Amino acid sequence: MRELICIVCPQGCRLRVEEKQDYRVTGNRCARGAEYGRTELQNPTRTVTSTVAVRGGMYPRCPVKTSAPIPKHLIFKAVEALSGIELRAPVKMGQVVMYDVCGTGADFIATRDM
Amino acid sequence: MSELIYDVIVVGGGPAGLAAALSAHEYGAQKVLILERDGELGGILNQCIHNGFGLHYFKEELTGPEYAGRFVQMLSGTGIEVRLDTMVLEVDAAQRVVQAVSKTYGYQFLKAKSIVLAMGCRERTRGAIGIPGTRPAGIFTAGTAQRYVNMEGYMVGKRVLILGSGDIGLIMARRMTLEGARVLACVEVMPYSGGLNRNIVQCLEDYDIPLYLSHTIVDIRGSARVEQAVVAQVDADRNPIPGTERVFDCDTILLSVGLIPENELTRTAGIRMDPRTNGAVVYENMETSAPGVFACGNALHVHDLVDYVTEESRRAGAAAAAFAGRDESCTAALEIQNGAGVSYTVPQYVRPENVERRLKLFFRVRRIYRNAVVIVRCGEKQLARYQRDHLAPGEMEHIALPRVLMDRAQGPITVEVQEAEQ
Repeated sequence: MRELICIVCPQGCRLRVEEKQDYRVTGNRCARGAEYGRTELQNPTRTVTSTVAVRGGMYPRCPVKTSAPIPKHLIFKAVEALSGIELRAPVKMGQVVMYDVCGTGADFIATRDM
Repeated sequence: MSELIYDVIVVGGGPAGLAAALSAHEYGAQKVLILERDGELGGILNQCIHNGFGLHYFKEELTGPEYAGRFVQMLSGTGIEVRLDTMVLEVDAAQRVVQAVSKTYGYQFLKAKSIVLAMGCRERTRGAIGIPGTRPAGIFTAGTAQRYVNMEGYMVGKRVLILGSGDIGLIMARRMTLEGARVLACVEVMPYSGGLNRNIVQCLEDYDIPLYLSHTIVDIRGSARVEQAVVAQVDADRNPIPGTERVFDCDTILLSVGLIPENELTRTAGIRMDPRTNGAVVYENMETSAPGVFACGNALHVHDLVDYVTEESRRAGAAAAAFAGRDESCTAALEIQNGAGVSYTVPQYVRPENVERRLKLFFRVRRIYRNAVVIVRCGEKQLARYQRDHLAPGEMEHIALPRVLMDRAQGPITVEVQEAEQ
């Protein structure tokens, strides 16, 4: 049995996950918490946020995020992959900045207009 | 000097101001104006590029800029007027006149039927907490560093120590790590973290950054740039314990040691303040001691979650629209007092006849409780009790108090916390 603090929402539920009982989760207050408990012990994932360079915008950096959570061990590789990119304004929120980040199937997308 | 008349003027275009303005419009205010000193709307959300915003309000996980973007999009078609790069200098609460200045419009006297104060908060600084040592470059508040890194594209350092475990400090520990810096530790003077548990997990534990509770910085060394920080354990009275010092070689120190509501305008206007929150004293509809002047968001009290800011500010905006419509306030109010274990409540006063069904009452507790009960009483008479598994000073709590119970109260209402009986 493993104890985890759920990171899905700010409530921070204390989860108990039974690895030997098909990753049964207790202590969660929502379905998303159960899902987090199961994946966290088998294949932990995170949504990654960072910035990329942008030319001609109000600021020199444009914020981005992965369109879906990616495996935790790829976080540094994913952020590194952004270092060569430079966008040109105008940028639209939701615009794809990089397709298929590190072979995960998730894209990096812009999170604001610029 | 021009004098324009608005139904509702909102001071501040961050999440609180945006929600208040939209809600005022929704509840019938015809002419609504947002005054914002920055060059764009959205306030602090623009630099909070991490995700986790909006789970309550939008039922999905958004980043800060996305959350702000949603609200800015909602402005279109409403006719809500926005003036950017506009600094409000003074609010006359009695006349409800706002004095502001901007490059485009010059010095402005703007008249409103009601005003919403939504100026947000700012960070407590090194000076405010008195850290000893030299005064080299490399010491930033966490939020300043966040703006440099995330918006201005300026990396603030390579070897970082974080003082305080507020959420912005925790978020910046992760952010600096992803940007290639080495974050040596997060040091917290209290025996518990000031930030949310989920941020301890996903910002510190995910990156093996140690959190030293009951520790503080006792010396900063370096002449031109920070070179070292000396950290020591503290006793129960928060005094450093000699012999526990350890030295960190670092070039940067980030401070995440608390937020202070920004209320120069509120104080100058002569509005009654609450020394516990550093914000205005408000009634159930977020109205301050000045009729027709409302306050919400982090200018009123510091929130952990933007969704709560939104909800509270919608309440303020709706009430401001109602006031602009009929220009009257009712009177009989009950004081809400802090009992054992409670450090503040918002609102501080309630006029039960204004409450539709339930009053959402925000509060903070003084220490960590496991298995506690929140008791609401009037004198010796208990009005309501609420079970809570876990309460912590870093996590704002709320209860929904039914109006029928408040109608029974003859005098001040007290909110207190007790350890539940086993």
